[in-house]
Amino acid sequence: MTRFRALALLPLMAVLSGCNLVVMSPSGDVASQQANLITISTLLMLLIIIPVMVLTVLFAWRYRQSNNTAQYDPDWDHSTQLELVIWAAPLLIIICLGALTWMATHLLDPYRPLDRIAAGRPVPADTKMLDVNVVALDWKWLFIYPEYGIATVNEVAAPVDRPIRFNITSSTVMNSFYIPALAGQIYAMAGMETKLHAVINEPGSYKGFSANYSGAGFSHMRFTFHGLAADGFDKWVADIKAGGGKLDRDGYLQLERPSENEPVRRYGAVDSGLFKAIVGMCVEPGKMCMHDMMAIDAKGGLGLAGIDNVMPLMHDKLSRRGTAVLGPVPVYVAGICSTEELTGRAVESSLGVLNAPADESPMSGPISGAGLPRSSITPISASAPAFGPRLTANP
Amino acid sequence: MIDTSTVATHPLFGRLTLESFPYHEPIVVATFVAVVLGGIALVAALSYFRLWGYLWKEWFTTVDHKRIGIMYMVLGLIMLLRGFADAIMMRLQQAMAFGGSEGYLNAHHYDQIFTAHGVIMIFFVAMPFVTGLMNYVVPLQIGARDVSFPFLNNFSFWMTVGGAVLIMVSLFVGEFARTGWLAYPPLSNIAYSPETGVDYYIWALQIAGVGTTLSGINLICTIVKMRAPGMTMMKMPVFTWTSLCTNVLIVASFPILTATLVLLSLDRYVGTNFFTNDLGGSPMMYVNLIWIWGHPEVYILILPVFGIFSEVTSTFSGKKLFGYTSMVYATVVITILSYLVWLHHFFTMGSGASVNSFFGITTMIISIPTGAKIFNWLFTMYRGRIRFELPMMWTVAFMLTFVVGGMTGVLLAVPPADFVLHNSLFLIAHFHNVIIGGVLFGLFAGIYYWWPKAFGFRLDPFWGKVSFWCWVIGFWVAFMPLYVLGLMGVTRRLRVFEDPSLQIWFQIAAVGAVLIAAGIGAFLLQIAVSVWKRRELVDRTGDPWDGRTLEWATSSPPPDYNFAFTPMIHDNDAWWDMKKRGYKRPLGGYKAIHMPSNSGTGVILAGISVVLGFALVWYIWWLAAVSFVALLAAAIHHTFNYHRDFHIPADVVVRTENERTRLLSGQV
Repeated sequence: MTRFRALALLPLMAVLSGCNLVVMSPSGDVASQQANLITISTLLMLLIIIPVMVLTVLFAWRYRQSNNTAQYDPDWDHSTQLELVIWAAPLLIIICLGALTWMATHLLDPYRPLDRIAAGRPVPADTKMLDVNVVALDWKWLFIYPEYGIATVNEVAAPVDRPIRFNITSSTVMNSFYIPALAGQIYAMAGMETKLHAVINEPGSYKGFSANYSGAGFSHMRFTFHGLAADGFDKWVADIKAGGGKLDRDGYLQLERPSENEPVRRYGAVDSGLFKAIVGMCVEPGKMCMHDMMAIDAKGGLGLAGIDNVMPLMHDKLSRRGTAVLGPVPVYVAGICSTEELTGRAVESSLGVLNAPADESPMSGPISGAGLPRSSITPISASAPAFGPRLTANP
Repeated sequence: MIDTSTVATHPLFGRLTLESFPYHEPIVVATFVAVVLGGIALVAALSYFRLWGYLWKEWFTTVDHKRIGIMYMVLGLIMLLRGFADAIMMRLQQAMAFGGSEGYLNAHHYDQIFTAHGVIMIFFVAMPFVTGLMNYVVPLQIGARDVSFPFLNNFSFWMTVGGAVLIMVSLFVGEFARTGWLAYPPLSNIAYSPETGVDYYIWALQIAGVGTTLSGINLICTIVKMRAPGMTMMKMPVFTWTSLCTNVLIVASFPILTATLVLLSLDRYVGTNFFTNDLGGSPMMYVNLIWIWGHPEVYILILPVFGIFSEVTSTFSGKKLFGYTSMVYATVVITILSYLVWLHHFFTMGSGASVNSFFGITTMIISIPTGAKIFNWLFTMYRGRIRFELPMMWTVAFMLTFVVGGMTGVLLAVPPADFVLHNSLFLIAHFHNVIIGGVLFGLFAGIYYWWPKAFGFRLDPFWGKVSFWCWVIGFWVAFMPLYVLGLMGVTRRLRVFEDPSLQIWFQIAAVGAVLIAAGIGAFLLQIAVSVWKRRELVDRTGDPWDGRTLEWATSSPPPDYNFAFTPMIHDNDAWWDMKKRGYKRPLGGYKAIHMPSNSGTGVILAGISVVLGFALVWYIWWLAAVSFVALLAAAIHHTFNYHRDFHIPADVVVRTENERTRLLSGQV
């Protein structure tokens, strides 16, 4: 039985001979604390695991059938003291580990702003947190720096020792944003924003990737994280700004289409409302943002009237999108315009201006939602097609 | 502009076209040819030896829990070969795809393989093995003649087969899911997986899930209502106890899986928005629901195996199980706690620190009763006389392997540690460490332990030892590198790699997989050799291991009716107690025995279910409607079947028992 235990140690010995265990020797303070936690927890558990393994081998050997010198006690099946010990020993370990877990989980909560940049180095009072907005796309990463008004694809950088706050979302499916050298991972989900606080302590280039399978291009969904000295970071930002290029909504809608093995891209300017629109899933013009929808719902919603406020999905952002075969054509909730616009369009409608919607792109101009409670005009649900034109799939 | 009215369905064939057959994938075509040739050979052999009638009458339609148990084991073994083929393809791909090489599998194929591997190994290997052993052993251990609902048992088995068949069909017609084994939306929703893969996944699991749930109900009833007189709850053998807890878990958790998959299929088929990104759907809800089923599922697999280890340790140490009462309470505690930990599968979803801590700590608490169990086995060995037969070898290997998996499991339950290890190969190594090192080792212990009971001869120890060492060493060689890779920050489900320093570890892991393959080969060879040498390995006593529980009181293989007389129980090691008190087998006074009749309805219902599932996968609506009606009609028709039972005449019982008397007295 000892043979395969020795085998178990083989890889461990090989590890000691030096391969890059980035999780155990990271370059950011958060990941370092997580690595320490792994070490402490493991040692704590070995306190009980090693005796169990030793006893297993010992008992298996000592009480083998051929050993007639060992005591044989076939009816001995109970000992209150021993049972107390075998329940109490794991319990004690778990009490210690549980307390450690409670503290560490709160201390290393990814949502909690950092209070230190390394052991014994609290965050200086004048430090400004670096905000980086992260979007997981199919299958590449978009990074937006709201402070600097720049954006990059598959490349991200941060100055050494400056706390970073990643605001993370996804355009379609679930991914997980993970830079092992920097800090633990957190999921990226569409229509939601997760947060991760971290700091890098050593300059260098580190690997980042998606740690949650997201489809065909998943293996190539990698990026590089650069930890740069303060002046190096300023130069990096300046270079990107000088490089020009602007990421606007149309550009984003192009970028978010599925693609694999994307090269690094840099944008010297970025639409300031873009990230909010991505989180709200309303980059496409005319689509209602999640936060607006939730605000309406929080006030009680639109009731039955809200049903009419969905627009047929005429432009699909993803070529691979399928359709539920028995269901309605996929729809989304259209943006709601102000009462003035609504009234104005109602008047236009009654004048017949919008009665030929075929050549009118729904993308242009505000799109009004039908079915809103209105005081001044008569209900228009009878002429709803004029307001929420049920566009066919291929206009 | 994309055409959103994408799904063109033919009125006759649905969305099934010639293009649906993966004839452009050489690996699949080769497999298909091999399967067809093998199938033809099998059909020809069965026809040549005129075995169809025998198979149908004695096996397919049987309601005997013992034969159903054996059929579950055969199903598990066949599916193990498929699931393992997937595993070795993955290992090969990951060992090759470095330095710009794409390996030999494209994403479309590779992503199906890792999904199929997970689904098959959990639902169609581990579950049938576990259910099979419970089916075979539990009624014998409690002194019953069959389960509570014998026909339901047959039906449950064939529904499980139906699910397996549907998954196998997906290999050759269309494709399987490319989502990972739990099919998280939005990836698994129609928007991002419009093909048939996820539909195969849904319907295979729904069909098999019916079987699993019903079999759970059946075994609970059996254990609660059909124990021999004198067997109070606290005199039940530990394996029966763990089976009871497992089936409680099944009955309480599988409906959640069913409901979750129903919601997912509504999203996919009728355009609801339960798990979509927009219109109020929440993919996070799916992740919660699937793990509220998924975590108890882990314990559904491991609890019966804990029972096996308890039986084996006690028998081969020649000693009463240490701490029976605490063992039972540990099992019950695990059963309850297994419902309070599901969130530890997704700490990284962004729950608050208090929520994460709560689920982390409840997870750790489970390790206390589990640790107590390990100590109980340890102290059962203490002052014993341990015979290192194959079941005991697997048990010791389990104890040394499982504690490592348990340790990494508790480590993963520390949320900040999980943030760096989640979804990494460390996680993969952990759960293979507990599922192979726990469940599979235990299943092997159980198979070697109860094989002589089921067939009347032991398995050949030489090939068994070859298989054992290949498996155990293969496991460590295959999965220790994955722990290391996980610490190197390598995540799961990757198809190609950039960092060349990782390759050596994947190559070591591939060697381990080859060793495991040798272990499987040796196991199959062992069965063949043992059947060949069955006269040498024969056991005439029915009690080859000097057993302690009731199943060893009857002959090997047991007669159809299990026990001519229902035994009276005075101790939790009932048979040991009977032997100690000088029990004399009654030699007369036999009566006719009331038994359930065979029925073909289970096969028919499951067959129609497969057709229904296939029709729904391919949108062949007329076929779905026809098969659904047929399903109802067949079920209703069965309610008019009044030939449900018969009596084994007393003279048959006398003949059977006299034969056993002759064997026992050695006049052969």
